[in-house]
Amino acid sequence: MIKSKNLEGTQAVTANRLRDGAVVFLTATGTWSRHINDSAIARTADEAAALLAIGTQAAADRVVVEPYLFEVTAEGGAIQPVSTRERIRAFGPSVEEQRPLETAS
Amino acid sequence: MYAYDEYDQTFVEERVAQFRDQVRRRLSGELSETEFKPLRLTNGLYLQLHAYMLRVAIPYGTLSTRQLRRLGHIARKYDRGFGHFTTRQNIQFHWIKLEQTPDILAELAEVQMHGLQTSGNCIRNVTADQWAGVAADEIEDPRIWSEIIRQWSTLHPEFTFLPRKFKIAVTGSPNDRAAVKVHDIGLRMHKNDKGEIGFEVMVGGGLGRTPIIAKTIRDFLPKQHLLSYLEAILRVYNQFGRRDNIYKARIKILVHELGAARMAELVEAEWQQIKDGPLALSPDTVARIAAHFAPPAYADSPTFTPEFDALRLENAEFRRWLKANVAAHKRPGHAIVTVSLKPEGGVPGDMTADQMDAVADLADLHGMGEVRVTHSQNLVLPHIRRADLPALWRRLSELNLATSNINLVTDIIACPGLDYCALANARSIPVAQRITEKFNDLARVHDIGELKIKISGCINACGHHHVGHIGILGVDKNGEEFYQVTLGGSEELSASLGAIIGPALPADRIVDAVGNLVDTYVALRQDGERFLDTYRRVGIAPFKERLYAPA
Repeated sequence: MIKSKNLEGTQAVTANRLRDGAVVFLTATGTWSRHINDSAIARTADEAAALLAIGTQAAADRVVVEPYLFEVTAEGGAIQPVSTRERIRAFGPSVEEQRPLETAS
Repeated sequence: MYAYDEYDQTFVEERVAQFRDQVRRRLSGELSETEFKPLRLTNGLYLQLHAYMLRVAIPYGTLSTRQLRRLGHIARKYDRGFGHFTTRQNIQFHWIKLEQTPDILAELAEVQMHGLQTSGNCIRNVTADQWAGVAADEIEDPRIWSEIIRQWSTLHPEFTFLPRKFKIAVTGSPNDRAAVKVHDIGLRMHKNDKGEIGFEVMVGGGLGRTPIIAKTIRDFLPKQHLLSYLEAILRVYNQFGRRDNIYKARIKILVHELGAARMAELVEAEWQQIKDGPLALSPDTVARIAAHFAPPAYADSPTFTPEFDALRLENAEFRRWLKANVAAHKRPGHAIVTVSLKPEGGVPGDMTADQMDAVADLADLHGMGEVRVTHSQNLVLPHIRRADLPALWRRLSELNLATSNINLVTDIIACPGLDYCALANARSIPVAQRITEKFNDLARVHDIGELKIKISGCINACGHHHVGHIGILGVDKNGEEFYQVTLGGSEELSASLGAIIGPALPADRIVDAVGNLVDTYVALRQDGERFLDTYRRVGIAPFKERLYAPA
């Protein structure tokens, strides 16, 4: 259940919140935030393992589901996921979700 | 339409109560995620990228207007105001909260709906021709047999833990609109030499990472033996299907490895044991189910009215809509109307709650209160009086639901892809949107003619790319989205799998590549040839040469 494919590089921990499935990020104080910029950042393998351990405990405590590490860049105060998948998770679908009801033909 | 009897209703309500307790136990910690996951999946609740996703079964794609309004209500109250119709004639809600799911299922149960058989290694929700009961070319209504299959398969105790999921599709017409050859079992109704109606039984079709066209193991199965024969197939699969490797567990691998002849022998041997047992269908049983699907009380309706004639003469867009979105009905004076969920720039299969309500109103006003879902992610109004077509077209146009593109280049099938799906490698929806923007001149779209583009965001092929005339598969290359193009696939009775044209293309080239392929076809086509006809005549080489020509 716990994905820990790469423990190198700059990383953060994400999961889905159990109650509503919302994408959340582990913060430095051990809480979970909806905003990626609140993420705690791990810069070494040891830091990453420690962060993931907190996430794993939160899953056992029924706060989140399936926590895992993912690669980020953290420059100029903005935390950005590296992969397209994680960018979409962090910032939402890349497509407009709703069409206007009354559109003239 | 089929209406639940007391048994169906009680069963579905009991399942809602059961799931409510399971959710309570999950939230209170009595159940771990490992224990809970199969329980939520049994009820159609997945965890996707952004939230939980609830997949609601729409058996053989048939909806009442009451059900459609309820889906709109759920979209509005529990989701973000829209739903997504899928290639299995179901609907998915993408922004669902676990703690609200028991209430959603309770609201669905009130209108005889649920999320069962939309996940897991069971017999999935049965699919059928969306024109069932109304198509001019129909031999017999496949809904009757689909409903019989539904009743037999729902929680069949022997087939709850199959090696893998199992999909059955039924068509009652010679022109297959249900893609029966790419299902685990495809059933095609036809007449034998004596004029009796029965089923051709095809087994072992499927898409995914190993696409295979189904093989016929029985040319003619008398109708009364349908369930015993299906049971025999499932028993052979349950016994011999592989459970050691998820990628080899579908029945298509078993049929491929055994060969169709051996598969037929094994099924026949099993069938002989059970064919005259309790599963044999009595005429009374069939008549009881068939009564639910009796034709509605059609009023006489003229084929043409002055208003219809005038609008057709003066309005090119109405003419195009009649040509692409309106089909012949069994009953004179009536028509089958396809509601396009593929507007320019839209998300294929998405529909807002307000649109659902509005279409339900139109179906009540003009169409006997019935709606169908197609595997191409559109809706159908199956019983429209021809005299009402102008009014219906005007209202659908206001709703952005009258794009005249059914089976044309912008009627694209696309899976949710990486925008929503946890399995995807690349996005599908933005590619579809950009293609519809490129081909936004409907006169040109009609000139290009029938062309089915199908897009999947990963090898699981929910977007049916293998059977697209142009198939597009999203792949991940070192974190970048690339798209592999196949040509020449078809899901009809002359089914074929697409051939890979060459190296995958980056995201910024895929839409121009589609334009290039269409241009090649237009340059090469002979009189009356569709894209697929031209491709089958000239082969892949001319397309490949032009697509990869140095700039």
